[in-house]
Amino acid sequence: MLDRNNDNSSEEVIQALQDIQSLQGYISRENLKEISRNLGIAYSYTYAIATFYKTFSLKERGKYLIKVCDGTACHLKSSENIVDEINSYLGIRNGETTSDQMFTLEQVNCLGACAMAPVVSINEKIYGNLTRKKIRNIIDMLRGKK
Amino acid sequence: MKTLFLLCGDVGCRGYESRQVYDKFLELKADWFDIKFTGCQGLCANGPILQVKPGDIFYQKVKSSDVFEILEKTQKNELVERLLYTDSETKKRYIRTDQVPFYKKQTKIILRTNGLINPKSIDDYIAMGGYAGLKKALTLQPENIVDEILKSGLRGRGGGGFPAGRKWEDVFNAFETPKYIICNGDEGDPGAFMDRSLMEGTPHVVLEGMTIAAFAVGSNEGFIYVRDEYPIAVRNLQKGIHDARKKGLLGENIFGSGFQFDIKIKRGAGAFVCGESSALMRSIEGKIGEPHEKHIHASEQGLWGKPTLLNNVETYANVPYIILNGAKNYKKMGTVDSPGTKVFSLVGKVRNAGLIEVEMGTTLREIIFEIGGGIVKNRPFKAVQTGGPSGGCIPSEYLDLPVDFDSLKAVGSIMGSGGMIVMDDCDCMVEVARYFTKFLMEESCGKCAPCREGLVQVYRILEGITQGRGSLEDLRKLKELGEYIASSSLCGLGRSAPNPLLSTLRYFEDEYIDHIKNKYCVAGVCKVLTKFEINIVKCTKCGLCFKACPVDAIKILDDGCYKIIEENCIRCGECRSACTFNAIRW
Repeated sequence: MLDRNNDNSSEEVIQALQDIQSLQGYISRENLKEISRNLGIAYSYTYAIATFYKTFSLKERGKYLIKVCDGTACHLKSSENIVDEINSYLGIRNGETTSDQMFTLEQVNCLGACAMAPVVSINEKIYGNLTRKKIRNIIDMLRGKK
Repeated sequence: MKTLFLLCGDVGCRGYESRQVYDKFLELKADWFDIKFTGCQGLCANGPILQVKPGDIFYQKVKSSDVFEILEKTQKNELVERLLYTDSETKKRYIRTDQVPFYKKQTKIILRTNGLINPKSIDDYIAMGGYAGLKKALTLQPENIVDEILKSGLRGRGGGGFPAGRKWEDVFNAFETPKYIICNGDEGDPGAFMDRSLMEGTPHVVLEGMTIAAFAVGSNEGFIYVRDEYPIAVRNLQKGIHDARKKGLLGENIFGSGFQFDIKIKRGAGAFVCGESSALMRSIEGKIGEPHEKHIHASEQGLWGKPTLLNNVETYANVPYIILNGAKNYKKMGTVDSPGTKVFSLVGKVRNAGLIEVEMGTTLREIIFEIGGGIVKNRPFKAVQTGGPSGGCIPSEYLDLPVDFDSLKAVGSIMGSGGMIVMDDCDCMVEVARYFTKFLMEESCGKCAPCREGLVQVYRILEGITQGRGSLEDLRKLKELGEYIASSSLCGLGRSAPNPLLSTLRYFEDEYIDHIKNKYCVAGVCKVLTKFEINIVKCTKCGLCFKACPVDAIKILDDGCYKIIEENCIRCGECRSACTFNAIRW
């Protein structure tokens, strides 16, 4: 069993990835190399961690990150409709970004705001009790702001 | 005495713009009142919630435009009638919080201060009796604390209901040092937000519980593993840790006793499997969060191979109360085998959706129909789902079942962490099983074959049934696969993964057969098997469905009636949700 003191470089990997992601919204190949170098661990290890945990995105995301909640309460209240609407209105699927780099769509498991299902969060702001028409209006509003 | 306004600042109420309400209060600030932005006050469906003290006046759905009137009337000792809780059936209005039916049946131990204090103020928490449990604990012998927890019968609130005291005892008895304390705040069950509300609303009760545990088992270092989706919980816990250190309630020499303990926050990174204890510890170590065989318990070899005490957020939150009031008093609440209370997030098709705390042994009927106020739009109750993806769906014949660890297990579900999702006749049980199986299939860490491969097969079959491609042979295959996954998976998540499937098969086999034989979805959910129509007898021609339809598939006829044009309809069901007269049929 490795002693903790010899092994604490790997303890820092998740934290380092989180810091970079919150700073620039995603993690580039260069970032992965840099983290591996700084912590003295293998690139393959950093890559494995970055791809195992769902939070990390290795692709650049748009200005607005739309997280559509698909928790149980949201699912029962047709969160699929919201995803469908974004699919057809913005032409992006789960994990994709619009070509103008404005919107990224991500389906997530639960945002914990179940009482106002279905909900989405856009850059951490929660919008609840949505319908297809409401999400379209919100997107239009954000587009107008540029 | 100053008037105190307590405004809910939890995610739900923020979604209803309670921030703007708060700002308005600040704008109109005067000497005679204080305003506090609190943690979750419970009745999320009617947010933003505002309580006024003294008097415990309960206002709901408060908007920033109401603030001026609230202030004016409160000063004159008058009420803003229209903002009071009104029963949708009897039209009766309730003034005080404890009279509102939603709160009347609740017993608040864990959530006692949630919603009454500013989560970021340690002084608020101390003023409500906070840290008195820790102070008392430090005067006791560690073995007496462990003994008290054992006697209290406290069971782990994370899901399994393992006696917490037994874990404490094992770690206490472990020889190796250092020992670690871990708090599992990786609340991954969809439809559950109890631990989030607690970490955000009363972070100190969690810290206090962990510190008592550390003193009892002899640990100097603790970790809280918080789900990545909960940034506010991380912020409030961080602030809490900082303030507790400054006050000498954490760090070196706690309460001047010479005892040393500190807590670090570890953020999760979006992997459901990390809620499983062995996976969670791997994740804290910075490794891939895969579960391990548990030949040796974490209490002997846990984090970095050292003795580790791992409990969930709510379990720790029980500890200060038990120490302060004694195991004997604690056992007076709840049932013999499941003492105490349980926090639930009551959501889905229930009127008063929100965060509740009830004594163990309260029946499902009391929770759903008295506290929850019944089903939205008075539709018939179909099932309640507890325990998240590891739980099951409980049908109406068990509505009088007392809710505790063992009785839920007996009907094929589990307590889980406390998600309680109410379903009505518009919810398809096959689709619910498909949904949870998809969730588990995507979240399976992939380490063992039964879970990794088995769930994919279950999902394919279920998807086929919801799309009208099922055969009766599928039902036999599903049962067989379910039993196989349950008996041969490596970790608890895999072993419980077939629960949603098996419980719906057990209670709602008719629905499966309807899908397969009659190509009909009785709930009107499975798109291929559903056709919507307007019931002219019930229709009041209000036009809500017409406005709601996203694809203009509803036309107005010459006589003012509405009609759904079948070829244009995408069967999204938005007309049905919008209709308040239940006039859309299928």
